[in-house]
Amino acid sequence: MDKTYYNPEDLKKFGNVSDFQEKLGKKFFDYYGAVFEEGALTAREKSLIALAVAHAVQCPYCIDAYTEDTLEKGCSEEQMMEAVHVATAIRGGASLVHGVQMMNKVDKLSM
Amino acid sequence: MKSLIAQSHSLSDPAVQLDVINNHTEKIKSFDKFEDKLENIGLHPLKPTGIEIFQINVGYMCNMTCKHCHVDAGPDRKEIMTKETLQQCLGALKDSDIDTVDLTGGAPEMNPHFRWFVDEVSKLGKHIIVRSNLTILDTRKFEDLPKFMADRGVEITCSLPFYSKRRTDIQRGEGTYDKSMKVLKLLNEIGYGKEDSGLMLNLVYNPVGAFLPGDQESLKQQYKERLWKDHGIVFNDLFTITNLPISRYLNFLVESDNLEEYMEKLITSFNPSAAMGVMCRNTISIGWDGSLYDCDFNQMLKMKTNHGAPDHIKDWDLEKLNNREIVTDQHCFGCTAGAGSSCGGAVT
Repeated sequence: MDKTYYNPEDLKKFGNVSDFQEKLGKKFFDYYGAVFEEGALTAREKSLIALAVAHAVQCPYCIDAYTEDTLEKGCSEEQMMEAVHVATAIRGGASLVHGVQMMNKVDKLSM
Repeated sequence: MKSLIAQSHSLSDPAVQLDVINNHTEKIKSFDKFEDKLENIGLHPLKPTGIEIFQINVGYMCNMTCKHCHVDAGPDRKEIMTKETLQQCLGALKDSDIDTVDLTGGAPEMNPHFRWFVDEVSKLGKHIIVRSNLTILDTRKFEDLPKFMADRGVEITCSLPFYSKRRTDIQRGEGTYDKSMKVLKLLNEIGYGKEDSGLMLNLVYNPVGAFLPGDQESLKQQYKERLWKDHGIVFNDLFTITNLPISRYLNFLVESDNLEEYMEKLITSFNPSAAMGVMCRNTISIGWDGSLYDCDFNQMLKMKTNHGAPDHIKDWDLEKLNNREIVTDQHCFGCTAGAGSSCGGAVT
């Protein structure tokens, strides 16, 4: 088997991170659970946001987890891919908007 | 697509299926056993709460060959319940206060005695549910059935695995979605699914892949919004059903290398509350040949009722059946995962 930095089996061990620091781990997972509860946003909307963010932060564990979660919550393929495009637009836009800084600097340095 | 049995596929053998879900890999062998899980919550042996639903599988013949079918039904399946066995079912129903008769298949409409039997059950004053794949009602031979069923107040519960065409057609075959929409509109036109009509029209969601169903209420709202917005279709209820690792769905899990993870997910999602409400506790399943089973899944695995209870309709004994021990195996984790699963949807 190829050795890689990421192992899909590790996703199931996520909860084990509390083993080295139980108090903070518990606080995190309590918070995590509360974040994804039905609230002003539906659990389905939150799952789509999580899927988009997972792509933005390029977390393979999160992509696997929230692909399955959005499927379970009845999201269609179109909705899931649109969420990924939202992440892409923001990610790409975040680079591009810095182009204004570059342009400002060019203006300042140029005659 | 042919049925597994027509392909002489090894998974058409129930004994092979049971071996696969128990022993396919070393990890699967090490998984918790369903009986032990029941034991831990004081529910073993599993006993009925009293038979309320008389579910008859009137035959495995179907006009469709869906990828996930736990019955392995299809046009090449010839098993059909005879009129004699249907008469035996009527005999059992006459002597009991069971009030719901649930007809399934295959496509139950394809049993040649379907209309006669619905009439006879109707005369007994029982509530009748027909599990339709919808597309059968779009064929000339059966196009008068919606009106026939409406006149007798039959509840129609039909398969629609997703509200989108793509996912529906992947599981049930190209063209299924468009035909289903056509039939649903027709059913709406004669009153099915409309408020106060008394004609119940329910849809059944089941995951198109190796994942569990989500929250039933949330999915129902999504279906309601999408079907109304896109097609002007209304319906009463949506039932979410978990795919059990049996037959063609089991074949999909094995071929896609999802079996181990799917079984693990079912087992880790074991919900004691769902176990309390599993459908085998209030249902009896009658096979096309009159054999008795605790559910339609046990029927496909040829696991008849036992522990002293009769195992054929000709030996019907309600008291013994109400006191039987329910037969279980690893596939039963499908009914106890998450919110639970039954022919009537989530159980918690």
